[in-house]
Amino acid sequence: MTQNVKKEDGKKLDVVQFLISNALIILIIASAIFVGIQNPKFFSMANIKNLLANTSVRMIIALGISGVLIMRNNDLSAGRQVGLAGCICATLLQRADYAEKVYKNLEPMNMWLVCILVMIGFALTIGIINGLVVSKLHVPAFIGTYGMQTVVYGIALIYTGAQPIGGLVPEYTDWAAGSFLNIPLLPNLAIITFAAMLLFWFLYNHTPYGKKMYAIGGNPDAAEVSGINTTKMTIISYMIAAATFALAGFMLGAKAGGTSSNLANGYELFAIAGCTIGGVSVSGGTGKVSGILVGVLVFEILKIEMTFLGIDTAWTYIVQGVVIVVAIALDIRKYIAKK
Amino acid sequence: MSEYVLEMKDICKSFPGVKALDHVSLQLIPGHVHSLMGENGAGKSTLMKCLFGIYKKDSGTVIYNGEEVYIEDPFDALQRGIAMVHQELMPISDRSIAENIYCGRYPVKKVGPIEVVDHAKMNSDAQALLDDLGLPFKATDKLGTLSASQMQLCEIAKAVSADAKIIILDEPTSSLTLKEVDKLFEIIHRLTSKGCGVIYISHKMDEILKISDEVTIMRDGQYIGTWPAKELTIDTIIAKEVGRELKDLYPPKVNTPGEDIFEVKDFTSPLPRSFKDCSFSVKKGEIFGIAGLVGAQRTELMEAVYGLRSHSTGSVTFDGKELNIKCPEDAIKNGIALITEERRRTGIFGVLSISDNVAVASLNDYLKFKCMLDHKAIKEVVDKSIKELSIKTPSSKQQIKNLSGGNQQKVIISRWLAKEPDVLIMDEPTRGIDVGAKYEIYSIIGNLAKEGKTIIVISSEMPELIGICDRIMVMCEGKITGTVDGPTATQEKIMELSTKFMS
Repeated sequence: MTQNVKKEDGKKLDVVQFLISNALIILIIASAIFVGIQNPKFFSMANIKNLLANTSVRMIIALGISGVLIMRNNDLSAGRQVGLAGCICATLLQRADYAEKVYKNLEPMNMWLVCILVMIGFALTIGIINGLVVSKLHVPAFIGTYGMQTVVYGIALIYTGAQPIGGLVPEYTDWAAGSFLNIPLLPNLAIITFAAMLLFWFLYNHTPYGKKMYAIGGNPDAAEVSGINTTKMTIISYMIAAATFALAGFMLGAKAGGTSSNLANGYELFAIAGCTIGGVSVSGGTGKVSGILVGVLVFEILKIEMTFLGIDTAWTYIVQGVVIVVAIALDIRKYIAKK
Repeated sequence: MSEYVLEMKDICKSFPGVKALDHVSLQLIPGHVHSLMGENGAGKSTLMKCLFGIYKKDSGTVIYNGEEVYIEDPFDALQRGIAMVHQELMPISDRSIAENIYCGRYPVKKVGPIEVVDHAKMNSDAQALLDDLGLPFKATDKLGTLSASQMQLCEIAKAVSADAKIIILDEPTSSLTLKEVDKLFEIIHRLTSKGCGVIYISHKMDEILKISDEVTIMRDGQYIGTWPAKELTIDTIIAKEVGRELKDLYPPKVNTPGEDIFEVKDFTSPLPRSFKDCSFSVKKGEIFGIAGLVGAQRTELMEAVYGLRSHSTGSVTFDGKELNIKCPEDAIKNGIALITEERRRTGIFGVLSISDNVAVASLNDYLKFKCMLDHKAIKEVVDKSIKELSIKTPSSKQQIKNLSGGNQQKVIISRWLAKEPDVLIMDEPTRGIDVGAKYEIYSIIGNLAKEGKTIIVISSEMPELIGICDRIMVMCEGKITGTVDGPTATQEKIMELSTKFMS
């Protein structure tokens, strides 16, 4: 009955539709304005820069995992991969004069060379193994990558000797703290993330890889009949994910100024939640880079808002959990087929 | 109380952008079979889904047993005595037949204070039901061990067990063999003699005329009318369905077969009860039919040729060159394309656009700078197919799941035409497609053959094969039992070959 009323009143329907479609963005803006009135420092340059830097790393992880999710898989090893990558980068970029250096005789390497080597290394090891386990051995992704999660954590513990790694070269940490042309709104970390977003947007929308990825997510059986090599695609998706996680580890280590084996623990779930809020369907086949950004931003803005409101840490966990569920329940309305 | 068990009046239902039902009415007399006919997209299934509570109607009234009812959901419908057998089966393959039949309304018994499922009663009730209906299955067997058509019969048994006053059968015979169809009709008679009303949706005219008491015809979501079945003939039904006179069911032949070009030799499956020692050759520009009953392994054979299934021995040759096909990718590279039998499961990408659905198999053919998709070129190809195959859609950006079956099939044909294959294998290309669209698909097939493409059509509709094929190969239980010339073939001859090894 209510449907009839809405249909007769076209304008009202449009407003309702608009509110449903943009519920998240509207809520986030409204809450930001509320917090901003309570505490004007919320809109300070320092805080916005902080927000951008935090979002940058989280966004990179979400991008990495999005391809895997769109193809109906999952990667629970994401957080631990980020952590291990951060540790490896850090050991290769310690100051020569640092007393507790892991590799005593190693000259600090070029940080970009380290970044690229670690990315390639992760893609060729963890990425390929995850891909093979899921596609060739047909282990459900949820379990297969959970196994990888604990394995990678174990490796990180052995590699670091369960000790924190500090004494990073200033070049590395300064870069993460700095901004492009010293413009505060353009932190270096955000520039990298922006470049990565462009690259993923291009990959997802303008290459055969992207189209095939959506096809596999949409209907894996039909994809195979259409001549798409689903095994190969799955392996590549995990390789891209692993390389992306390595990049996130590189960025996170620099941002934190030091690393430990517990770095980025549990980040995969934030990334998965961010992607899902952003419209990456859990049943595969859909998802856009812009949507993922909104999903990740929701979390980061909310976290900072709660800090500004002086909410107890214990409560921030409860609120975050509730928000994940409520946000997805709200937002999924856009994608549920109307009956 | 009126003479009708069910009256649906002025039912309207809109989906975004489409008016699916426009003041449709239907009246069902208890003990009668009422057929609902119309082309795909006419709104038959939508109307039934409104009745069964899967969709909510926008307006109109439903009067059931003399009072107006609002059916909330399928569970509500079942409680009221309305059961539906869906076109797409929803089997729980890993559970027993009995559990599938009594799903959600398991018989229970009390063990102390708690209720538990009474398995013994459930199994014996189910077995009694199966025996009563003359279905030779064991109630405790897993449903997954049955064939698709046997599952369909179980689904009907389930509707019978619900003791429904109205049973909706949505295209129940699309996967049944002739013998099974007779079985089904027997069950329907049994139901109607008990006073149950049956709403029957089908495209098969002869069945409709055989079984129905009344026929309601719909077209484009509109109610055309209701007639007693004995006043109708196949021709009048078609004319009312299409809204115009349709002179011929099949287009005139335009192709002339050339030399033998595509050869399959000694194909044998590694599975014991599948295809065995199958050899045949097809000519350039020929439309080659493959007939047989369900279970004759026609689909399995052609899917193996395409690399989708494995084969233990055998070779495929095209134009004198032996092809090494291990997966569909290899087949496509060698100019072979396959349009599968189950459009929804292995054909369409529901959530993707028409454009993506067409381009998916030929993405690497539209590259700029070796890595970037040329969206402009893709759009040209897609728009060309939409025009040439007259695909009815507002735009190429539309999600394919919003199209009717016939239009979805045309999109899949476009997918392979974009690839310009030499050999096109089509498995049940017109299943579940209305008369008008069938004719269009036959014309497309004819024109492709005329261009020199080799077409292989698997079909369970013998008139269709006789109507369009140059030659028809018949299979029975995994073996080739003979080949007949298309134009001179008769249904009797094909039937004889299809049952050659049957005991």
